Amino acid sequence: MILGRRRTPHLVFPDASQLEEPLLDVQDLRTAFHSSRGLVRANDGISFTLNRGKTLGIVGESGSGKTVLTRSIMGLLPNINLERSGSVRFAGHELMNLTPTQLRHVWGTQMAVIFQDPMTALNPVVRVDRQLTESLRIRLGLDRKAAHDTAVTLLSSVGIPAPEQRMRNYPHELSGGMRQRVMIAIALACGPKLVLADEPTTGLDVTLQAQILDLLAALQRERSMGMILVTHDLGVVANRADDIAVMYAGRIVEQAPTKDLFSYTRMPYTEALLRSIPRLTEPSHTRLRAIPGRPPDLAALPPGCPFAPRCPYAQDRCRAEDPPARTAGAGHIFRCWYPVGSPEGEDALARNVAAGVPAALAFTGAVPVGVAAPVAPVAPPASTAESTDAGEEA
Amino acid sequence: MAGSGTAQLRGGDDMMLKVEHLVVEFGKGQRRVQAVSDVSFDVAPGETLGLVGESGCGKSTTGRAAALVHPPDSGSVQFAGTELTTLSARDLRQARTKVQMVFQDPISSLNPRRRVLDSVMEPMAIWGIGTSDERRAKARQTLESVGINPNDAGGRRPIEFSGGQCQRISIARALMLEPSLLICDEPVSALDVSVQAQILNLLDDLKRARGLTMVFIAHDLAVVKNVSDRVAVMYLGKLCEVSPPDNLYRHPAHPYTAALLASIPEPDPSAAGHASSPLSGELPSPTNPPSGCRFRTRCPYAQDRCAEEEPQMRALGPDHFVACHFPLARPTDTPQSTGTASPLASTAS
Repeated sequence: MILGRRRTPHLVFPDASQLEEPLLDVQDLRTAFHSSRGLVRANDGISFTLNRGKTLGIVGESGSGKTVLTRSIMGLLPNINLERSGSVRFAGHELMNLTPTQLRHVWGTQMAVIFQDPMTALNPVVRVDRQLTESLRIRLGLDRKAAHDTAVTLLSSVGIPAPEQRMRNYPHELSGGMRQRVMIAIALACGPKLVLADEPTTGLDVTLQAQILDLLAALQRERSMGMILVTHDLGVVANRADDIAVMYAGRIVEQAPTKDLFSYTRMPYTEALLRSIPRLTEPSHTRLRAIPGRPPDLAALPPGCPFAPRCPYAQDRCRAEDPPARTAGAGHIFRCWYPVGSPEGEDALARNVAAGVPAALAFTGAVPVGVAAPVAPVAPPASTAESTDAGEEA
Repeated sequence: MAGSGTAQLRGGDDMMLKVEHLVVEFGKGQRRVQAVSDVSFDVAPGETLGLVGESGCGKSTTGRAAALVHPPDSGSVQFAGTELTTLSARDLRQARTKVQMVFQDPISSLNPRRRVLDSVMEPMAIWGIGTSDERRAKARQTLESVGINPNDAGGRRPIEFSGGQCQRISIARALMLEPSLLICDEPVSALDVSVQAQILNLLDDLKRARGLTMVFIAHDLAVVKNVSDRVAVMYLGKLCEVSPPDNLYRHPAHPYTAALLASIPEPDPSAAGHASSPLSGELPSPTNPPSGCRFRTRCPYAQDRCAEEEPQMRALGPDHFVACHFPLARPTDTPQSTGTASPLASTAS
């Protein structure tokens, strides 16, 4: 981007408050990468909508495709070995067809991303000052003075004391929490209508995490932004998201309003995830209900439901047929043949327990996972660095 | 926070590990940092001590100093009745075979170029224990006990395994010399939640099966609560509070413990009271720690006295120790902002 050169925007975005349709409407988004191991399906048919001022929490373990999803929505993925299809409509515009030049009018001013790692996402040899004012000058066309003043205001709005002095600092002179605040300030600089926060608090201490999440919530209310909060920690989204989508193996396996997801869980994976987390409310030495095994390799997904090999409810059908998205109440979708809390599900679990299926026994607490059955790596190792994914855990 | 003192030590000579007045310093001159500043604790045989605190509070350094991996600048470390700090290098090596560590990053703590079975056999090879066949048999048996099939896994290299599997292998290696004390430094913080539960269960099983004593260092309070018999909360190189977890988590007496607990997002939307961040600011620089109580700069209950006088560790109840001038009463009440704080203060020091 050449500094100082102004273009009239190619795209006109309506004021978000006058928007008739959802702020963001993602339909059947598929993102896949060609790799030496074959096609890695990182997002496999993702659909959701997000309204203005609302928060969608996206929860998943590492390798579930949640980070790729944020990049794919933004159109930030390098177009090398990439296969991307589906529809991403943002404020009435289809983003999938935009050229890189047009996308630049979307980034920053319409939607912005807060990256996971503030240590590496900031440029280490550029002062906070320039990293913050760059987008203000280019996107909003502010002059040096106005951009500087806006930046100082931004820094103080994200809770940085003595913002004038901080402007002169390099990233390494700031603590982790301060750097994450600077990241947030950069993302919000041009007043985006949608913020994608990709693990904004991973790596921060709990006390800082609470501060940063509170800050994001306050700024979101103030600006009535839409927000996608990506995290591996169900605790982070439990009190902060309006809806939660749980991702597994590149797809959304359950999505529901936050309360419903926790109270009327349908997907066995969501249930297993919730049970495997140590709780403060439980007495010490409570046995954890571990999920046996580990997430599947996205380049070699099993047939049928990808969670079936680890699922306490899995039946033959699950290993053969991929379950379609089903609904359970308003805004609650899940993908399972034998959902939690249904008669079929109860039967399936009882059958598995009777048959001694390890996943079912571990789930009901009958046999400790870990010492029970030693299992070796199954998949042969690949030759690349990604081969850590090749093992299969007991 | 706090404070120094040894009230939390349980008398008796039967402790597996007894650390007194431990001090670890880094750097020189003006930049000298006391990473661990007069920390004392003890661990009974078969017990798990959880050491918890924010990053930079000195919990890892404490763990390493307790194993003499980083020799402490002063203080005493007694392991099973033997004073480790005064041992000769040769005797220390011998004594330390019974103290083993498990580290945070499971993949980089294994040698990437060695086969798993060789890595696991190495501790025995170093000490020349048994024949090569005996070592191999023992390594296979130990791998099996941590849930790794030695037939398929033994000949592979660490890169072929997931993080959870590498952590199992690291644990197997630590168990090869039949240690009585295992120091686990953030063993699950690099793992996904579903795998984290597997490793925590495994550690619990091994502890019971082998009668291990453990020091479990972590920043995640829920994890620490799950594995520990006793929890010590650290802040800026000092201990704040020591208690069994169920009591500590229900009735935190130190304002810092209470703040940490309140910061944890519970994965339950109906859970009350996790709305806002109770602590502002960040950990002060350890090069120039606050006078008196080190927590006072972030403490909502701080008084003048906290700046002048360092609180000493004292008993609040049976097996509940706190280093605070104005500990929170149970059930948690709100001390007044001026004058005397909680009713417990009058019984203080």
